[in-house]
Amino acid sequence: MRLGLVIDLDVCVGCHACAIACKEWNASGTIGPLSDYDPYGAEPSGVWFNRIRHYEMDEYPNNKTINFPMSCMHCEDADCVTVCPTGASYKRPEDGIVLIDQDKCMGCNYCSWACPYGARELDRSSGTMKKCTLCVDRIYDQNLPVEERQPSCVLTCPAHARMFGDFDDPDSAVSRTVRERSGYGLMPELNYNPTNQYLPPRSKPVIPVESKPKGGLKESIKQFANKLVRR
Amino acid sequence: MHPAFSVIFFTVASGAGFGLFSLLFIADVFKLGGGFTAEQLVIGGVIALALIVFGLLSSTFHLANPKNAWRAFSRFRTSWLSREGVFAVVFMPLALIYLASIWFDAPAWLRDGSGFLAAILAWITVFSTGMIYACLKTIRQWNSPLVPANYLALGYASGSLLLLLGAVVAGLDTLPYIAMSALIVSIAAVLKAIYYFWIASPGLSPTINTATGLTRAKVKLLDTGHTHGTFLTQEFGFQIARQKAGLLKVIVFALGFVVPGLMLVWVFEQQGGQWAAIVAVVAGMAGTAIERWLFFAEARHVVNLYHGAQRC
Repeated sequence: MRLGLVIDLDVCVGCHACAIACKEWNASGTIGPLSDYDPYGAEPSGVWFNRIRHYEMDEYPNNKTINFPMSCMHCEDADCVTVCPTGASYKRPEDGIVLIDQDKCMGCNYCSWACPYGARELDRSSGTMKKCTLCVDRIYDQNLPVEERQPSCVLTCPAHARMFGDFDDPDSAVSRTVRERSGYGLMPELNYNPTNQYLPPRSKPVIPVESKPKGGLKESIKQFANKLVRR
Repeated sequence: MHPAFSVIFFTVASGAGFGLFSLLFIADVFKLGGGFTAEQLVIGGVIALALIVFGLLSSTFHLANPKNAWRAFSRFRTSWLSREGVFAVVFMPLALIYLASIWFDAPAWLRDGSGFLAAILAWITVFSTGMIYACLKTIRQWNSPLVPANYLALGYASGSLLLLLGAVVAGLDTLPYIAMSALIVSIAAVLKAIYYFWIASPGLSPTINTATGLTRAKVKLLDTGHTHGTFLTQEFGFQIARQKAGLLKVIVFALGFVVPGLMLVWVFEQQGGQWAAIVAVVAGMAGTAIERWLFFAEARHVVNLYHGAQRC
């Protein structure tokens, strides 16, 4: 199995609900808490596994706002795991999820240096590195109804911009969607082979911005006559 | 990258320590300038080991959870950070055997054998320190074979200046030590110059387009999505003005290479000149420390593409 997420950039509305749901679930999950520093003060900061950036593509009138959620990509060739000196970072062979053993991490930050996607954040309270677990404490929970055995971010997304599934199965919903919509991984030139895939925004029709419609000879004569005749 | 003082001190001090130890062994084998006495060799060796040990201890200060530091020796097969630790720890007993066999006048095979192995391990350890940075594909300024070359050359340059000071204090013929220092310091200067030249042009590197996969048009960041700084901006957001970096490079070359070079001439002219040798050591180490600070300050991690950078 190779579990991961598909994020539809055409659909994402940038509401940050996935980040909030992630924080809510994981703050009390196996890797929690996700410490906040100065949460009600002037400079609030803290640990998040999921962050949403907002981009603008192209120039007016062809511009488009793209909301860009990012969490751990659970890479096939995860350098964060190979550089870890303590063995705290590991990639599970059975489902490809990259995890950090909180009892082994010494907080050297080296894995965060090796991650191009900014997926790893140091928790300054515990002194250990933390990251997206793909809700490993939820997706296998036999006590939950089958349809709820999905990562928090996927369940909560009001726009259905997120999908969870197995990329090793060519007939899974995620594999099919990635095929049909030309899904892609980020920064392929670094060869990390990220599992999470992004669906590109569809081209939207350009709204015409010219105020005056161009007419033929008839229209020109009409405009000329309008200029002559005072009403 | 945020320049962490503990890591700068660690790499400068342990680099100089490993360099001094290896060159001390060479000076001992070839009896350069008449050769140090056993006592002088042991004092020099202890100074080298002290630099290494203080450096290694300082490196643990940047850990957020140092109680697990002992686990850092466990991933020798994949992690350069782990390898560096293991090589440094294997180096220690060999270095101590070498110093002990000098002190107790042990047979030559033990003295030379342990010294040779320790010198090789010193080289490998400094190489591993450089590889910690050079193996990261995420930072273009580091992902280069010039990085371990610079670490080795600067470590050995500092070591050679320390050894020259030792030779002056011990009253040996300084000529071989001056020649050795001049050669290593000029190699270090040339390698550093090539490095600065190399990182000046971006070459093939990730852009905001490949980072977002939106390659069909110009892309710009509208909003980072966080109200205040995060771990990512604190660790990777550090940026140095180009003018300031240029000025610091001039200082690195002046302090690190030119001043020690002039002091070598002084020592040569005077056949002694303890003060000149001290100035050479202090200037060389200060130049290396500024070089190390700049090494971190100039590094641009690709995560900055998600915080507004167009190219890293």
